[in-house]
Amino acid sequence: MDLETFRSDARAWLEANCPAEMRTPMGEDDICWGGRNFVFRSPAQKQWLHVMAEKGWTVPSWPKAYGGGGLSGDEQKILGQEMQRISARPPLQSFGIWMLGPALLHFGTEDQKRHYLPQIARGEIRWCQGYSEPGAGSDLAGLQTKGVDTGDHFEVTGQKIWTSYADQADWIFCLVRTEPDEKKHTGISFLLFDMESEGVSTKPIKLISGASPFCETFFEAVKVPKDQIVGERGQGWTIAKYLLTHEREMIGASDSALFAKSDLAQDAVTALGLDETGRLDDALLRAELGQFLVDELCFDAHLDMTGAYMRAGHELGARSAELKYLGTELNKRRQSLRVAAGGSDNLVWEGTANDTGQVAKDWLRSKANTIEGGTSEVMLSILSKAVLKMPG
Amino acid sequence: MELLSEDQQLVADSAAGFLRDSQPITAFRALRKAGDDANSAITANLAELGWMGVVLPEAIGGVGLGYRAAGLIAEELGRNLTVSPFVSSAIIAGTALASIGGGGAAFWAGQIASGQAIVALALEERAKHRPDCIATSIQATSEGLRLSGRKGFVVDGGLADCLLVVAKRDDAPCLLMVDPKAAGVTVTSQVMLDHRNAATVLLENVAVAETDLLTHGPEAKRVLAKTLAAGRAVVAAEQLGVAKAAADQTFEYLRTRKQFGVLIGQFQALQHRAADLHCELAQTSSLIAAALNALDEDSPEVETLSRAAKAKMAQVGRQANEEAVQMHGGIGMTDEMDLGLFMKRDRALTEYLGDAGHHTEWLLRQRGI
Ligand SMILES: Cc1cc2nc3c(=O)[nH]c(=O)nc-3n(C[C@H](O)[C@H](O)[C@H](O)COP(=O)(O)OP(=O)(O)OC[C@H]3O[C@@H](n4cnc5c(N)ncnc54)[C@H](O)[C@@H]3O)c2cc1C
Repeated sequence: MDLETFRSDARAWLEANCPAEMRTPMGEDDICWGGRNFVFRSPAQKQWLHVMAEKGWTVPSWPKAYGGGGLSGDEQKILGQEMQRISARPPLQSFGIWMLGPALLHFGTEDQKRHYLPQIARGEIRWCQGYSEPGAGSDLAGLQTKGVDTGDHFEVTGQKIWTSYADQADWIFCLVRTEPDEKKHTGISFLLFDMESEGVSTKPIKLISGASPFCETFFEAVKVPKDQIVGERGQGWTIAKYLLTHEREMIGASDSALFAKSDLAQDAVTALGLDETGRLDDALLRAELGQFLVDELCFDAHLDMTGAYMRAGHELGARSAELKYLGTELNKRRQSLRVAAGGSDNLVWEGTANDTGQVAKDWLRSKANTIEGGTSEVMLSILSKAVLKMPG
Repeated sequence: MELLSEDQQLVADSAAGFLRDSQPITAFRALRKAGDDANSAITANLAELGWMGVVLPEAIGGVGLGYRAAGLIAEELGRNLTVSPFVSSAIIAGTALASIGGGGAAFWAGQIASGQAIVALALEERAKHRPDCIATSIQATSEGLRLSGRKGFVVDGGLADCLLVVAKRDDAPCLLMVDPKAAGVTVTSQVMLDHRNAATVLLENVAVAETDLLTHGPEAKRVLAKTLAAGRAVVAAEQLGVAKAAADQTFEYLRTRKQFGVLIGQFQALQHRAADLHCELAQTSSLIAAALNALDEDSPEVETLSRAAKAKMAQVGRQANEEAVQMHGGIGMTDEMDLGLFMKRDRALTEYLGDAGHHTEWLLRQRGI
């Protein structure tokens, strides 16, 4: 199909199928995560997920056989533009889409792809990521959760931490040490299991923003069937790293997707006013805003170029660390400036308006951007070794 | 990481190859030693390759490859520190003349493309880029039109066969051609810190014919805006080449220099700064490419993107060159290394057509703050 036909078909289909309520700006609470326990906020949200999943457009780039849309790079871009044109909300967001899916497409068996991927595409199963442990954060490969081979299954025992949405997820993709005699990086396996399995428990942790999006996760002799391993035994680290490159692309690129991208300049003028020369009545804030605007234009251009590069069929590999580093550092600046631009108005934490405290909460939440998915320091170390070929 | 068309890739490859072979930094050093800031022979070479007409339409003798291609050439000129009138004449004057079009303008554009003439833009009147602060003016006298004023930082002004002067007539901007040898014109050549030519031009009651006046009023404004946008994007591309050369040389040094019994590239304090510089160069490269593409597509984003690119490049160019000298230690301060040459060129390019402060101020005004 030629691209112009694709565009007009997509436009007509979206016009006909995207409910009006799904064309308005969304907050964090409006995200559709899917899963067994997900409570839809409105019939429109449910309907929107349903029709998009039917079409394969919750995961437009995945092959049709696995519940995707089978779209080419150019078609994906057009679909994105057409959704943006009517401000259509993403019908589904999930760790399954961003992280596990790409890893399964690359390393999964045919049976695994046919079983797990369509469930992700339809939003039926919500996944969480069991990587970090109390003693293994940046040094992830030092993880100690063990998986003992008992013949027909692995018996998993140990503790994970910072597991986002573990208390709401249905399944977990989990790094487990199954080969205790192997070296650090070659003793790890990549296992998938149901969070309702006997022996799994979670305990939410409260963040500085007040929310509790992540948990401590405990495993006590959890039985994991052997066909729920992705790749070979001991190959987990390779898969984990591949998955992380996708996670980093997502975090780097989502500087605007996860947060309201308000007009900082306009907010500042409204709150602080202009001086007699027509400039913002705060010289230093104005200068910082100026530098931020330049850097934002720059990063947006970089995302555009990188997107085109990936749609042309290239993988970013280690350079995903570049997006992660730049995008998250920039978002932290954006959120700091947003709080500052509102002055004391943005310090109100509890009040009557229903978005009270949101700016401050977003600001606090954004501090995690340069930690989650690998810290900025870790990103710089990766780039210096993998891209700049710095010695040891 | 940016995707190039086949034509653009060809230009990039041939620019890299040609300049590396015929105009390496040793050639620049030889010019400096000989006190030659013209490098006259190169104009004909660049014209032969089609580069002097790279942004000019075929109808007036150009090859019409566009600004993205021009940026790729400029980047290599930057990397090799090649002395040439490519930016001043082929891009800046060329863009102005091509967008004016018609008789006199088309004639001079053709002369630029064929390497027969160098045309320099005489714009600035202050120490900083202030294209709106023009006092040079044309007055009607009993003997006819007379032009008076003083121009500074006329890049390649001392080498030019013709000056494209920005002046006021009846309080509206205009562009006119001035012969540097005409009565009343005094061109004082200066050698700048980057060993490039920039002149001051004194205009005292210079006789002007109506035919010398190329454009006037709102049309002149439009031409100047397009010219400056093109200049900014291509200057930024040249500056990117300079910065990448400095950075590459530095990354190589980190991989080979030993102290405390180890390679200095093993020190994480240096690794992280190097990686940060890599990221900044990568994203700036995308922004410059976006500005150049916008010029080729005649998109409304040209103004914003070219200004942002120039502002961002000023910041990253400084980072690259300061880090380069610092990470080399004492040897980085010696004239024998090329780092000082990069640093000086970078400083001049930052000032050329406006620095970060100038363009950031415009963006802020644009956003109403
Ligand atoms: C909001 C949020 C959500 C998260 N979600 C998940 C999730 O769903 N699943 C999951 O598995 N994990 C998750 N994480 C965990 C996250 O991946 C880790 O926090 C992160 O990898 C850092 O590990 P750490 O917290 O142990 O810090 P540490 O590794 O102890 O780091 C402490 C400091 O030391 C620095 N440092 C460490 N090593 C080096 C080094 N070699 N060189 C230089 N500096 C170094 C770090 O950069 C950091 O500044 C989440 C974290 C956050 C904040």
